[in-house]
Amino acid sequence: MALLAVEGITKRFGGVVANHNISFAVQPGEIVGLIGPNGAGKSTLFEVITGYYPPDEGDVWFETQRLVGRRPDQVNRLGIGRTFQKLRPFRNMTVLENVMVAAMQHRADPAGARQEALRYLEFVELADKGDRYAGHLNTGERKRLELARAMATRPRLLLLDEVTGGVDQRTIPTLLQLIARLRRDQGLTLVVIEHNMRVIMSISDRIVALHLGKVIADGPPSAVGKDRRVIEAYLGEAFATPAGAGPGA
Amino acid sequence: MFNVPSADVLLQGVLNGLLMGCLYALIAAGLSLIFGLMEIVNFAHGEFLMLGMYTTFWMYALFALDPLLSVPISAAALFLLGWLTHKGIIRRILGGPMLAQIFATFGLGIFLRAAAQFLWTPDFRQVGRAWIQGPVRILGVSVGLPQVVASGACLVAFGLLYLFITKTETGAALEATAQDREAAALMGINTERMFALGWGIGAACVGVAGAFLASFFYVFPYVGWLFALMAYVTVALGGFGSIPGSLVAGLLIGLIEVLSGLLIAPAFKYAAVFAVYLAVVLIRPQGLFGKF
Amino acid sequence: MAGTTGPVERADAEAPASRRPGWGAVLLAALLGAVLVFPWVFRLPYHRDVAIKIFLYAMLAQAWNILAGYCGQISLGHAVFFGTGAYTSTVLQMRWGWNPWLGLVAGIVVAVALSQVIGYPCFRLRGHYFAIATIAIGEIVQTVGINWEFIGGARGLTMPLRKDSLLAFQFHASKYPYYYIMAGLLALCMLVSWRIERTRLGYYFRAIREDPAAAQSVGISITKYKLIAIAISAAFVAAGGTFYAQYVLYLDPDSVLPLSLSILVCLLAVVGGTGTLWGPLVGAALLIPLSEFTRIQFGGTGGAVDLLIYGALLTSVAVFQPAGLVGMVQRWRGR
Repeated sequence: MALLAVEGITKRFGGVVANHNISFAVQPGEIVGLIGPNGAGKSTLFEVITGYYPPDEGDVWFETQRLVGRRPDQVNRLGIGRTFQKLRPFRNMTVLENVMVAAMQHRADPAGARQEALRYLEFVELADKGDRYAGHLNTGERKRLELARAMATRPRLLLLDEVTGGVDQRTIPTLLQLIARLRRDQGLTLVVIEHNMRVIMSISDRIVALHLGKVIADGPPSAVGKDRRVIEAYLGEAFATPAGAGPGA
Repeated sequence: MFNVPSADVLLQGVLNGLLMGCLYALIAAGLSLIFGLMEIVNFAHGEFLMLGMYTTFWMYALFALDPLLSVPISAAALFLLGWLTHKGIIRRILGGPMLAQIFATFGLGIFLRAAAQFLWTPDFRQVGRAWIQGPVRILGVSVGLPQVVASGACLVAFGLLYLFITKTETGAALEATAQDREAAALMGINTERMFALGWGIGAACVGVAGAFLASFFYVFPYVGWLFALMAYVTVALGGFGSIPGSLVAGLLIGLIEVLSGLLIAPAFKYAAVFAVYLAVVLIRPQGLFGKF
Repeated sequence: MAGTTGPVERADAEAPASRRPGWGAVLLAALLGAVLVFPWVFRLPYHRDVAIKIFLYAMLAQAWNILAGYCGQISLGHAVFFGTGAYTSTVLQMRWGWNPWLGLVAGIVVAVALSQVIGYPCFRLRGHYFAIATIAIGEIVQTVGINWEFIGGARGLTMPLRKDSLLAFQFHASKYPYYYIMAGLLALCMLVSWRIERTRLGYYFRAIREDPAAAQSVGISITKYKLIAIAISAAFVAAGGTFYAQYVLYLDPDSVLPLSLSILVCLLAVVGGTGTLWGPLVGAALLIPLSEFTRIQFGGTGGAVDLLIYGALLTSVAVFQPAGLVGMVQRWRGR
């Protein structure tokens, strides 16, 4: 069965419909890319799935568990981790402590949590900065920290909100490798919001495209790339369809 | 446990509640303006009011100036105080930790209260003979004329504030800064000046309220504290950041305060008002008209 | 994925420099020794009273620190727990002849219960809103105290004197036992804080303080842990209240429920350093003697001068050095 099933999610803010009847499913082991112009409702969808906003209509299922109505911490403990678009490190705690907090869900003792945290920091290549205060990291480092922190809760599904935004172009390949390894080595399923078309087309098994709160395409990157509605949504940003050959972000 | 007062007493209570409510509205408007701009609660707001009252009192005691004439003086003095508070203190804690934001003004309030007590003793002061005094009959019941005038003046000040915000260019700039600081800055608005102006105007509001309040209320160092709580609840009920909300909420709070005092017992005023506060922030955090 | 030696070594140095064994242990031993010996060196009752005051307020500030410093929930009405402890144990003694130590426990239970009743609805409120709610609660409880005849109303309660004994928790001939009991309570509170700091509870508290939404995203139930924090905090403050009642043998709303107490408790922790283990004690050790000094110097208006300094200090620390004295030192040492 699907690992994550989004069914008819509708979310309104006053007069604005941020999500309108959104439905799609994510199979175990998939990497699903979530794309759409600004304001398409991607981050809102993440907030709804992870329990920060209650939807006005619809349901979200994590295998057999209903997510709607659960608090964010409950959603996480079920096995869903996430990063935030506007990064949220624990600024006055060190890098190591940031990840330890997350690891403590499964290893309550600080010594054990420290060991685990180090492993995740090594995975994202931040282990040598363990004693730095999280508030002193640059954007790329913070993104990796947030990833390590999300991983430390041992999720089965990871929701990544903006992997490459604000990150030095040269580090993007490293990040991409990280994400590939997440699936390959850690057995994670991923849903990734991303604006960099080249990146998202190259790493995703499937793409779900949103526009003005609605799903306008759902399929493999090659198909979605050719989808006229998707191209129109990105008015003026025509991109070539073969994965990886786009004009870039 | 419930007293049922006579119709006369009830009517008088309702009137007094509404009259007081106008004062709460103006006091709360100042607080709301500041919060709308920068999401900072001025925990010294009550002390600003107290200083406005003392200014008026000393103008009367030293120069025989009637409270009515002291209104502009009090407003100007408080404007300056608000401006300086921003420049000296608030500017440095914007975006800082919650602890700093709360204690910066909380400490200022304590300091001002203590300074008032140190300089002027805890004695209760009173403006003995104001031009406007005595009772007046409205709808067949007797209420104090100073209260009526005060309320009317507060409504006028409130209206002026509202017009300023909505009809003038500076007011629009203030609104823009409150809505979206970064966008306002990009549009060329000097947000730093807007903040200082907001503090000045917010303080001036209580300066006006304080001047009128002094004409019929005792003046003492802790007087501001009494009104501060009412102001916080009013702002929460009306909605932090909403000026019109302060008016509706102020009137409501004034009514609730008086009626709970009449119907239950005077000691339970705070309990009733606080119950309202809790209900509002838990059920509808953005208040009646607010944006947060 | 075996750890290299570099990061592992550095990670082991995660404890602040002040906790390197050796220096720290020596200082701690010296401090404990000084505390033990103090009443025999400084024999005047006045010295002992000031010391007791320092210990009491340091403990109250430390308890406040657990909720506000570590967990980030800033309460401006903490006196309610002090009064709850004091009144509960005293009323139980006076009306139903309870033993004061049982009364102490009862006071803690009632205070903890109260903390949950307050916390459950109010913890949904963000920083400023929560602070305002605590102010209002403080005012309400004080009003209740003044008007509730059952617990003495505005007149307060005068504790009936009993013969000196530990069981009766009263000492008249020699007040040394009070000193040691209070020192013991403070030590217990600091021990609990120290344990919190080093265990998951402390990490979770700090995460909630730093960013509640992010804390939730890693599985922390913020309401649950805030309720734990306020329970621990209320327990110690209530114990302090009972101690106060047994020490002063008189209480009224003005002495155990006033705003000034709530303010003082915040002040000591803020100046000394919130979120640190030694901050509240440092704050108390500096500011209590200072307030004694101003009281002597300025006599009648002494109260106002106290608050004048408190207000100025609070604002200055908040603006220039929110980490407080101990926090400042910690930053310098690159912790």
